[in-house]
Amino acid sequence: MVKRKRNSIRNHSAESALFMRRTIVVFLGILFAVGILFTNLYYLQINSFDTYKTRSNANRISVQTVPPNRGLIYDRNGVILAENRPVYSLQVIANKANDLKNDIKRLTKLLSLTDDEIEKFNKNNRYSRSFKAITIRDQLTPEEVALFTVNQHLFKGFSIQASLKRYYPFGNAFTHVLGYIAKINNRDLEKIEAKGERARYQGTHYIGKLGIEKYYEDILHGQPGQRQVEVDSWGKVIRTLSFTAPTPGKDIKLNIDINLQLKAQELLGDNRGSIILMDARNGSILSLVSAPSYDPNLFVTGISQKQYQALLESRDRPLINRATQGRYPPASTIKPQMALLALDEKVITEETQVYDPGWWIVPNSKRRFRDWKRWGHGLVDVFHAIEQSCDTFFYDTSYKLGIDRIEPFMRLFGFGEYSGLDLAEETKAIMPSRDWKRSRFNQPWYDGDTISIGIGQGYWTVTPIQLTKATAMLARRGDNIKPHILQSIISADETVTPKYDTSKKVTLASERYWEIALEAMQGVTSKRRGTAYRSFGDADYTVAGKSGTAQVINIKEDEVYDADKISERHRDNAMFIAFAPFESPEIVATVVLENAGGGSTNAAPIARALFDEYFKEKEQVSPIPTTSSADQ
Amino acid sequence: MVSTQAQKSIFYRLHIDPYLLLGLFALMSISLTVLYSVGGLDMLYRQVTRLAIALAAMIFIAQIPPEWYQRWTPAIFLVSVLLLIAVLVIGHTGKGAQRWLDLGFTKFQPSEVMKLIMPLMVAYYISQFTMPTRFRQAFIALLIVVIPTLLIAKQPDLGTSILVASSGIFVLFLSGVSWIYIGLAVAAVLAFIPILWFFLMLDYQRGRVLTLLNPEADPLGAGYHIIQSKIAIGSGGLWGKGWMHGTQSQLEFLPERHTDFIFSVFSEEFGFVGVLLLLSIYIFLITRGLIIANQAQDAFTKLIAGSITLTFFVYVFVNIGMVSGLLPVVGVPLPIVSFGGTSIVTLLAGFGILMSIHTHKRFNIKR
Repeated sequence: MVKRKRNSIRNHSAESALFMRRTIVVFLGILFAVGILFTNLYYLQINSFDTYKTRSNANRISVQTVPPNRGLIYDRNGVILAENRPVYSLQVIANKANDLKNDIKRLTKLLSLTDDEIEKFNKNNRYSRSFKAITIRDQLTPEEVALFTVNQHLFKGFSIQASLKRYYPFGNAFTHVLGYIAKINNRDLEKIEAKGERARYQGTHYIGKLGIEKYYEDILHGQPGQRQVEVDSWGKVIRTLSFTAPTPGKDIKLNIDINLQLKAQELLGDNRGSIILMDARNGSILSLVSAPSYDPNLFVTGISQKQYQALLESRDRPLINRATQGRYPPASTIKPQMALLALDEKVITEETQVYDPGWWIVPNSKRRFRDWKRWGHGLVDVFHAIEQSCDTFFYDTSYKLGIDRIEPFMRLFGFGEYSGLDLAEETKAIMPSRDWKRSRFNQPWYDGDTISIGIGQGYWTVTPIQLTKATAMLARRGDNIKPHILQSIISADETVTPKYDTSKKVTLASERYWEIALEAMQGVTSKRRGTAYRSFGDADYTVAGKSGTAQVINIKEDEVYDADKISERHRDNAMFIAFAPFESPEIVATVVLENAGGGSTNAAPIARALFDEYFKEKEQVSPIPTTSSADQ
Repeated sequence: MVSTQAQKSIFYRLHIDPYLLLGLFALMSISLTVLYSVGGLDMLYRQVTRLAIALAAMIFIAQIPPEWYQRWTPAIFLVSVLLLIAVLVIGHTGKGAQRWLDLGFTKFQPSEVMKLIMPLMVAYYISQFTMPTRFRQAFIALLIVVIPTLLIAKQPDLGTSILVASSGIFVLFLSGVSWIYIGLAVAAVLAFIPILWFFLMLDYQRGRVLTLLNPEADPLGAGYHIIQSKIAIGSGGLWGKGWMHGTQSQLEFLPERHTDFIFSVFSEEFGFVGVLLLLSIYIFLITRGLIIANQAQDAFTKLIAGSITLTFFVYVFVNIGMVSGLLPVVGVPLPIVSFGGTSIVTLLAGFGILMSIHTHKRFNIKR
């Protein structure tokens, strides 16, 4: 029993009587309120019946949204990369068919419908309204369209609807650039609502999900139009009263060159990896490939759960865009920047020589770091160290520099930052620092960590697009560059070409330092001792480059790396960065091959082949335009 | 009145009131009929699931004796107020209003709980004292009503805040507050209206009121919903256009056909005759609720039974009023008939409490 405070003795029957009185008042109030509702409804339904009946009958003007056509995507030469193809689908309005079951049976014979299709139709039929169209088959071949059209009079309520479907003619070659569009799902709807664009997407079924299709969704989509139609009492359109045409999405032209893109894909072959070619003068991406890839058209037509699962679970991870999301140790490719910093900080000079016996020991310790050349390079200066990719020289240099000077300097080159590329799928990778290690591992930074950083190993990871940007900034002697895929937005009346920032980002005490690093990079390809001499020695243009061979697993101090003995997935990553011509840089290349072995032997030849292709193409046609449109 | 022996043996032991159950089933049948008309089998199945869950909740709640509610009311009320504050601070925004609290596995709307616990809390407080309630007690009770109401109105959810406020105020009224105070309160509210209009209401809320006054001013914009709804109701006539034959609803001229505007669909397809039937069922349920309140054995249970019943009527009145153009569109569903999960569980939980009050009597009074 609940105990209650009572101010006075309760008079239950008095309370009940009071409550009863109040209830009666309330009940009368309710009757009065219902009376109001009742009177109003009587007025609407009985007195004004004729008026509202007329209005209801006149209420036959329905506003339909006409979705806009999506903008097309071209390469820099005007080759179409994403188009809208007419497709035909077979639909039925269930309550207009004479005998739906029998019709479907006959249709099965005529168009050889699969069991899957029939099952899907039955399911759709059960869950949708009988006067709404249900799709039976999505993409009819021209033969099927003809076959059905001839027999159409036998199928009341069935019809063929034409619509446009996105198509990517080059299939998997552009997936990691273009991305794809797919059916709008609930998550997309939420985003559309949040942006207040519900009306704009009324009637649209597809939206950019990845790549350029996603990044430039706003430009490509366009504005819907409206059609005012008169409908009969069953909603069938009798005639169109007015029509506001939709504004189609704008077409866009990319910087990508179809030939270089296809060539790069061909050169990658069965390798896992990535290739990026960029114009060193303005950041135009000429080619961006990530392998393995997949067919984006699968997603437009609706990928099956099984196929999607296979892509998702593949060990080769085809869904990852390696060019912007692949995180690799930069290895020796960052030695030129390291040399620049050391020169600028006066840790070394042009004349400094370091003796390399094949290893380097952390001062006051026993910890030994191996050079890739077991017997050592002997006495090396900065030129020699870059050309031959001497590790010992950079162990020493980075030890003297320390992480606190290395990390901010490398960030200037874009490491650990977004490159600014016009793709949403990008990672910053990791430019490690003391603070980073503290928050990531809750450990202090050790000297040994810095030594690994000196040769681009350890915690440091970069993406191929970051490497490309950093190489271009080297070639431009510190001028900033923003990689971009979009060249221009084309609409009926104007061509807009976006402009990008190219201000100086890295300033050194002396211009000579740039010359030292760049000359050494040229030595890599042109001097006999250079690591990439075999690939570039006979080129009829000048090249500056740097190879990199990144360890995927740690090799013990006195163990020998033997590619044949370790499993394929643990082999080194081959990397090569380069730009050409040396005197006035036009093109930058980054080649990353996963588990392919040495950078100079595996990645450099690919860069050579691409440069050859680039210069050959340049000779054939007039120079590749640097900014505005390429309609020649 | 004393329950007959037959009822005692079956329904009474199960703690179910057969009259209420009958009325509820009638409403549910109407709901499913109309939902099939606007949404097909898919929507029918979904609503059947929700109804089953809500009925289970109702029966469960009916098993709990009223003493238990009395014991836990202050704690639940306090927690609900805290949750309402939490919604405002960290709540999930859906359709532009913060109403949901994301619990990870499910989203939860604390204002729904408040609909139930508000009358209980006011009744808990008031029933400590003898009736009629005096000014000091009435003033404190009003504070209990006002705080959660303002929190809900701030989400903003005008419909729910009206329901919550009225459920609390009904308790006060039933507890016998002097007519003088009631008159003063009405005067205060009238004085408050200008402040509400100019300082507290949002633009869209003001727009709804203006639309109500003259819907034809903007027939394709703000007035569209209400005009289409009135056309649907009016063109139903005496007998209606027939099931699944309402052109206004089937051709999608009507907005929110399965939720707030379901009454318009029903009136269009079943006409004035159907409307009479529907209103009769509601009046039947409300009458039964008030009888249960009068037969309850202490102040606490009398007050909550009365308040739950009256709040149910407010639902009916506000919904039908708004779709037929008498009240502004505030987003109150037609109870039991509209499609929707949370509101139906809350409503049937309320009926569960009514049944619990009626079937857990400590002693019989012969009259």
